Amino acid sequence: MSNNHINIIRSGINTTFQDKGRDHLYHIGIPFSGAMDNRNFLIANKLVNNNLDSAVIEFAYQGPHIKYSGEKINIAITGDVIFSIKKKDAEIEGNCYKSYQIENGDEINIISTNKSVYGYLALGGEFDLKLQWNSCSINTKANIGSNDGKKLETGQKINLIKINANRDIKKTNYINSKIENIRVIKGTNFEYFSEEGKKIFYHKEFTVSKLSDRMGMRLEGPKIDNIVNTNIKSEGLIKGVIQVPPDGNPIIMLSDHGTIGGYPKIGVVASVDYDRLVQMSPGSKIKFKEINLSEAETLFKLYEMETQNLLSQI
Amino acid sequence: MIKNISNLGDAAVYCDFGNEVNKTINSKVIKYFKTIKKNNIEGINNLTPSYNKLIISFDLNKTSFKEVKNYIENIDLEDSQNINSKKLEIPVCCDENFSMDIKRLEEILKLSREKILEKFLNKEYFCYMTGFIAGMPFLGDLDENMQAQRLETPRVKVPKGSVAITEQFANIYTFESPGGWNILGNTPLEVFDSSKEDKPNLINPGDTVIFKEITLDQYKNFNE
Repeated sequence: MSNNHINIIRSGINTTFQDKGRDHLYHIGIPFSGAMDNRNFLIANKLVNNNLDSAVIEFAYQGPHIKYSGEKINIAITGDVIFSIKKKDAEIEGNCYKSYQIENGDEINIISTNKSVYGYLALGGEFDLKLQWNSCSINTKANIGSNDGKKLETGQKINLIKINANRDIKKTNYINSKIENIRVIKGTNFEYFSEEGKKIFYHKEFTVSKLSDRMGMRLEGPKIDNIVNTNIKSEGLIKGVIQVPPDGNPIIMLSDHGTIGGYPKIGVVASVDYDRLVQMSPGSKIKFKEINLSEAETLFKLYEMETQNLLSQI
Repeated sequence: MIKNISNLGDAAVYCDFGNEVNKTINSKVIKYFKTIKKNNIEGINNLTPSYNKLIISFDLNKTSFKEVKNYIENIDLEDSQNINSKKLEIPVCCDENFSMDIKRLEEILKLSREKILEKFLNKEYFCYMTGFIAGMPFLGDLDENMQAQRLETPRVKVPKGSVAITEQFANIYTFESPGGWNILGNTPLEVFDSSKEDKPNLINPGDTVIFKEITLDQYKNFNE
């Protein structure tokens, strides 16, 4: 057994292990989970020469402060994150999208995300994690995933079972672009809403509420009026669905969402915009723009090509 | 059999079997669900059957709405004989420590505690779907004079194992969670077990469930 490990000096607000998530489980009530911002998750792994679906540490707002013990290892942080690396003789300000080599006793202090929500820390190797349904992804609401389905806590020690032999330093010039509008496809209950309500949905600004987490993003703003029925018979949900409960404030289902819900679906966020949607922090203004299915499919293909392109250049 | 197939966003197919909630429609949903699941189609990554809808989500990198829709329209459904469904007995303790909403139900339903339990216990209920939280079964149908609305203010914490009713349905809280259903009792049975990865759910869509009353002593000794 190797002795390479990390110690969590400060856990941060919402620090979990995440990977690509788990599928084929909606019918028993278990959501997809996985890294919220998939592109930044993939880049983090690529920067440290990992398999692209290796487990990373996801954090929100304030990140963890970690001390590393063991052989030399590469690390990288992605997102829009302020952090520092403390070595024996110096403390350096860290840059995202660049790998660093750290050694026994070095510390990584992830101070905060900057005008965004999620960031990713990848270590060039493999954590010693117990998987559930072939995924480490932690769902704290259902206590599923590694670490008994719980957030990482201060004082915890996590072992590594492997360190990558390839410790070449890598970097990329990626910048997280902000988008003005979140593109949506009309939902299956779109006709439940008044003409005024539909106009509000597509033309007015909403504000991301503080009551947002990995399960859902609540929005505040003008109320969307339902003229048919404020409840439907409970049915399945997918990530990106925008439900409008009786109070008229939309809720967007995110990666840890409940699998069944009974509020009308006014729209669904196009897959192309999901990574950027989840990064919108409380207080951010959000505006929806309607697109049709074939536009959404084309935009997603382009986004995916861009992701692959980015990865191949690292 | 499917009334309408449409897209739910760009990565899911929404199969609408109608608006009514009954066993006949739900059995059709389950038949599609089981057939598609068995066929294990490349790109389809999740199926969510509910009372009268089936949502099929897929990986947009591997397939598309058009392809999945085409597959659904030309599917050879499994013969219903091949669909294995179980009949399960669920022990439930209705001691006053557990039946948190019995007084409320007595008032709403205008029935005595004994009558409520008599109408609820020892009857067959059909599992329409599981979900919302992991493993939670949605069971029906309750007698017409047993139907009550949800609590006006949902509980922040419903104890694990709670057996509860609302409208024409009964359910079981598989772990502690917020919830607004009327709680009648509690089962000591593990209805959801995430350590059994191949079969975490005790109750699955299409199964039949009967609630059998146990005493507080039997409840306490159940897992020993």
